[in-house]
Amino acid sequence: MLFDARHLRWVDPNGMVALLLGGSIAGEASGTFPHIELPDNQDVLGYLSRMGFHDQAHKVFEFDSLPRRGASRPSDVLLEITAIDTNHDVHEIVDRVQGRAGAILTSKLGYPAASVIPFSVMLSEVCQNIIEHAEGPGWVAAQAYNWAKRLGRFVIVISVMDRGRGFKGSLGGEHSARYGDRWSDSTALEAAFLHGLTRFADPGRGQGLQQIRKQVRKWSGLISLRSGTARISQVPEWDDSPPMIDGMAQLPGAQIGIILPALVQP
Amino acid sequence: MTGQAPDPIAIDVGEVLQRSVTSLYSSLVTRPTGRAVRMAIETQLQGAGTLSISLIDFSEVGIIDFSCADEVVAKLLQQYLADDVRDAFFVFRGVREPHHPQVEGALQRQELAAVVEVEPERFTLVGSFSEDEQRVWDHLETEGALDAHAIARIESQAQDARALESLLARGLAFRSPQSGRVHALSRLVAHLM
Repeated sequence: MLFDARHLRWVDPNGMVALLLGGSIAGEASGTFPHIELPDNQDVLGYLSRMGFHDQAHKVFEFDSLPRRGASRPSDVLLEITAIDTNHDVHEIVDRVQGRAGAILTSKLGYPAASVIPFSVMLSEVCQNIIEHAEGPGWVAAQAYNWAKRLGRFVIVISVMDRGRGFKGSLGGEHSARYGDRWSDSTALEAAFLHGLTRFADPGRGQGLQQIRKQVRKWSGLISLRSGTARISQVPEWDDSPPMIDGMAQLPGAQIGIILPALVQP
Repeated sequence: MTGQAPDPIAIDVGEVLQRSVTSLYSSLVTRPTGRAVRMAIETQLQGAGTLSISLIDFSEVGIIDFSCADEVVAKLLQQYLADDVRDAFFVFRGVREPHHPQVEGALQRQELAAVVEVEPERFTLVGSFSEDEQRVWDHLETEGALDAHAIARIESQAQDARALESLLARGLAFRSPQSGRVHALSRLVAHLM
């Protein structure tokens, strides 16, 4: 199988992490690493390198030639693509991101200096979602962009994807009977995203996503969860995405996307 | 409950984190980490007397996420509240403003409340509580302790009497079995700070 990325002109954390997910699924299905043709565009290739794509892609794809690995110079990346398999990975991510996030959140987004803590907590909770609920491997990446044309301000894009069993699979054993025929990817997403349900009987569980939603709303951000054939979003006033889409192409596992925009100065 | 004063115990969560999990971690994040820290605190409490008041200090913790707030604060309280005999009391210290939403969220989700120092020597109730409980607790916190006369004044108002009983039952105030006086928890840990 070939993943042809030669004509790629631009890619963000969602695209990079999705490439890894696609390659990982294809590899598992065929029993061999799929082949990837890397972008011809040197800017895109350099950006993939700075985001740590090659380091992760080595575990998923085979290459014709060995791409440049890692970045030798100081990076402007907020959080390189990082694999999440264990709680130790979450600790490393939280420790690593604190130093970089502070400067970006204050200088690019105009957030108060203390916002690095809720930002780190948010990253911790979305990454734990993979370990606790997906029961499969996943990746996270984050970067700041100037959305000059689209929004007229800087944003931070956070992307988390996993190759686990998805929200419907995670919640099904505990909650599907209550929904009967209505149990689907979309009702599973509603149960987790809107009502904080989890597969655990412990009432202390399930607050992570609820609290992330609250924090994202406070920062006028967008958060979406995609799993199976559905996607649910909490949509801010600057975006016109529908809050729920059903009938999408099947996505194994789950994707959590968060976009945090710069504060609008009064 | 015995007739003695509660055994005071100071627990530095930052130190427990490094000792019980790994010295590499500086943040209180992930549920297994929170669980390990809670179990280490419980082990420490087992060495205390039958009646204890613990000052759980978060001052040296950089980040607390919601999972750890649930494990280290909510589940710790819940465990001792489930006992028939109210013999362990807790005050949480060093819960700075950035930690506040995590601790408050974890407590509210389980309809719990705790006495928390949010700034040096400024204590507040955090979590789920009624307006009556808040009012009576504020009065107790201002006075430091209530003698029989002050308690009788509170108990002359039915809703305040219920609120005081609730604060005692929820471990948010301490009634001395010897003197019958009701003490603000903050005063009982003052010498530990």
